[in-house]
Amino acid sequence: MVLMAKPKRRAEPRIIIAKTLVHLAALTPLAILLWQMWGVARTGSNALGADPVAEIEHRLGLWAIRFLMLALAITPLRQLAGWNVLVRFRRMLGLYAFAYATLHFAAYLGLDLRSYWTQVFEDIAKRPYITVGFTAWALLVPLAITSTAGWIRRLGRNWARLHKLVYAVAVLAVLHFWWLVKSDIREPALYAGIAALLLGFRAWKRRRVRTSLPARA
Amino acid sequence: MSLREVLDIPARDITDEAIYRDRRRLLAALGMLPAWGIAGCSEAAPPPSNVVVTPDQAKAGFRTAEEQTREADATTYNNFYEFGTAKDDPSNAARTLRTKPWTVAVGGHCAKPGKLSLDDLLKDLQPQERIYRMRCVEGWSMVIPWLGVPLADVLKRFEPSSKAKYVAFTSLSDPRQMPGVRASVLDWPYREGLRIDEAMHPLALLATGMYGKPLPQQNGAPLRLVVPWKYGFKGIKSIIAITFVERMPKTSWNMSQPSEYGFFSNVNPGVDHPRWSQKTERRIAGSASKLFAERIPTRPFNGYAEQVASLYAGMDLKKWF
Repeated sequence: MVLMAKPKRRAEPRIIIAKTLVHLAALTPLAILLWQMWGVARTGSNALGADPVAEIEHRLGLWAIRFLMLALAITPLRQLAGWNVLVRFRRMLGLYAFAYATLHFAAYLGLDLRSYWTQVFEDIAKRPYITVGFTAWALLVPLAITSTAGWIRRLGRNWARLHKLVYAVAVLAVLHFWWLVKSDIREPALYAGIAALLLGFRAWKRRRVRTSLPARA
Repeated sequence: MSLREVLDIPARDITDEAIYRDRRRLLAALGMLPAWGIAGCSEAAPPPSNVVVTPDQAKAGFRTAEEQTREADATTYNNFYEFGTAKDDPSNAARTLRTKPWTVAVGGHCAKPGKLSLDDLLKDLQPQERIYRMRCVEGWSMVIPWLGVPLADVLKRFEPSSKAKYVAFTSLSDPRQMPGVRASVLDWPYREGLRIDEAMHPLALLATGMYGKPLPQQNGAPLRLVVPWKYGFKGIKSIIAITFVERMPKTSWNMSQPSEYGFFSNVNPGVDHPRWSQKTERRIAGSASKLFAERIPTRPFNGYAEQVASLYAGMDLKKWF
């Protein structure tokens, strides 16, 4: 049949549809938030609670860490379930993590600190939870920049090495969350557990590969 | 700017430096006695001041013309961990709190201890309206019209003795009525305390209402403390016990994180929380677009320095945060 003539370069319609759906899903939290912000700004509605600034910051930060965990879940899922197609969604999930983290940081500067925005330098230097949060965001910048096909080609083997930074980002992001709560650590602990699972899987896999090599030789 | 300038304490109220410096020698003279560990402090806590501030002198602090927080905001954005740690948990869950009948046990170093119904506790005392700023240790603030009676008026009825150097307060802690108590995020029951001179200050209020109505459960019904010059967590809610004690009592947040929450916890932009700055605050007030809620400078003693700074004359506020 015509199967033989199928061009390999073009993405299949199924993938295009799936990617569109992922984009829509990933943009939904932002759309809801913007809609609520519009309501608060226009009518003073209570959609974002008594302290909308805190709610906006918190929600953007939560989605950043969620997309980060989703991006990190791709490789283990691929290896455990054999769903190789998942890798085609990894970049977009990572970029959404970066986008939400950037908006989170922008909200801190532009909505929270506002005219006191220069305080951010002192915060980064003096407040450990902001130091690690800022570092996590800053480490995502080179990863986002080098996420294009051109950079992947140019960097060759070093691309994978560079992108191992995302493991550090995951640890720093969890620390950022953990250190900012007053006493109820249950929510950050949940993300710490997920991160530990996702990073632990990789460590376990590496050790297994390493120890099994001599046996094979 | 020195702390003294910031506080603008009249010179006569400040302990003579020589005496102040001598306190260490005095303590040293007590010699090798084991440190009297008081609330985790190695040095004895500064004793209550003998300063008496009359209601007339404190009157300027009773009201503020600043824009008030909307009732809907002040009653849905609460820290009342007995009902959960999210800000909207208390307003969603606190309906299960039964506030009638309510009794308060008053005891310790006083001539007339007793277990009283709320009505008896407040008998013949006229509720007064006080419009106070409330600064949360988390960095936001509100302006709330409270209804209540001066704490001093209630405490004096029990005739505290000279041994009553502090007043300890205890909240209700009932897992059947308070779902948050089942989680050990704090060591229940919630406990707070004031030095006796602080408790007797005319600004310290035992609140029974807000916005001209009885206190909603989520705001600490039926009886809560309001100490406007201290961080909000000092305002213990749903009080069931008041005890006159000689030593600095244990307080919940101090027990939880001693390096972060001191016993005094006076609002002080000069002493940062170890994890975040206390120099400014987000003011949650008014109905204008809260999306761009104003960030304003935090003032020493939350703007009540004129009324309360004399209580702390000579005290190192960085040490006794």
